[in-house]
Amino acid sequence: MNNCKRCGAAAVIDVRRHRAAFCADCFQHHCREQVRRTIESHKMIARGERPLVAISGGKDSLAIWDILLDLGYDADGVYLGLGITDYSDTSRDFAERYAEQRGAKLHVVDLPTEHGFGIPDAAKATKRVPCSACGLSKRHLLNQAALDGGYDVLVTGHNLDDEAAVLFGNVLQWHTDYLARQRPVLPATDGFARRVKPLIRISERETAAYCVLKRIDYIVEECPMAAGNRHLRYKETLNDLEERSPGTKAVFYLQFLDKMLPLLESVAEEERQLVGTCTRCGAPSTAEVCAFCKLVERAAPEPISDSGR
Amino acid sequence: MQVHLHNPKRDLEVPGPVRVRDLVKRLGLNRESVLVIRGDSLVTGDSTLDDGDEIEIRPVISGG
Repeated sequence: MNNCKRCGAAAVIDVRRHRAAFCADCFQHHCREQVRRTIESHKMIARGERPLVAISGGKDSLAIWDILLDLGYDADGVYLGLGITDYSDTSRDFAERYAEQRGAKLHVVDLPTEHGFGIPDAAKATKRVPCSACGLSKRHLLNQAALDGGYDVLVTGHNLDDEAAVLFGNVLQWHTDYLARQRPVLPATDGFARRVKPLIRISERETAAYCVLKRIDYIVEECPMAAGNRHLRYKETLNDLEERSPGTKAVFYLQFLDKMLPLLESVAEEERQLVGTCTRCGAPSTAEVCAFCKLVERAAPEPISDSGR
Repeated sequence: MQVHLHNPKRDLEVPGPVRVRDLVKRLGLNRESVLVIRGDSLVTGDSTLDDGDEIEIRPVISGG
């Protein structure tokens, strides 16, 4: 496996689930092709549409931004500062440096500046794991950034490993409502921008390799809030299976999309019927007050009656 | 060779020659969870690392 499958030159990366190895140029071509095909087959982004890419400063978000720009999309980025002390400062530096190098536009939204609290404050106030408040804040504020900026679609860097791990967790607990929502494209609805995940056919080992080969600097250190979380444990478990049987993660997730999601359409429709509007900020919500406004109420130092929408 | 590891950051001295996949196994790591970088170049699992090489073993799993 030491020669490139495509051109025969010396290989630098092996991708065991494809029983292939690639040289640097052909691996980048392989990643772009995987993304291009995913966008086309799932009708994620039409030509001429303006995508907004959620940028964390990590490998996945910078890789998808880079690939979209290389594929000719007029893609801007948005960085969300989460108030996780030095980690947030460092990750923002990586995001800004990349944007500057590529001459791309990066918006910055800062949770502590705009709402008065960071993720560590939110975790303390809610007595829940930090990742819960983090995911909730990201969903709300990134969606808002896409709507406010008039973008057609919000792009996230969720990769094959992310999706397989979420699927694994949802199956272990038979969260049929979450399973019905786990789609590579969430269409635009009233109050929600379309959300797409073009990296679902690329593993995180591949996005990291892509960044190394393209000389894209990204934050390698793990978020200090995420250490030991359940999502990481699921990834480790799946990688144990993958090491023994390459291709396991891709079959698990991609076959879910093909075989199971169509069977969950009635559950998805029931979910859609439940969505109303938050009485405080106007965002879509299944409750009178949306989860983000409730979080602001609990975590912000002073009561805020309007979340700033 | 010098081997740099992350989470936690630490350096190890490992005698060469050793195949990449054997080094990863010896360190108790999963091949799917890391990239092996010699100098500033990626190397495949079949590659041989030698004394004098500067190696980074970079984790690729993120928990967000």
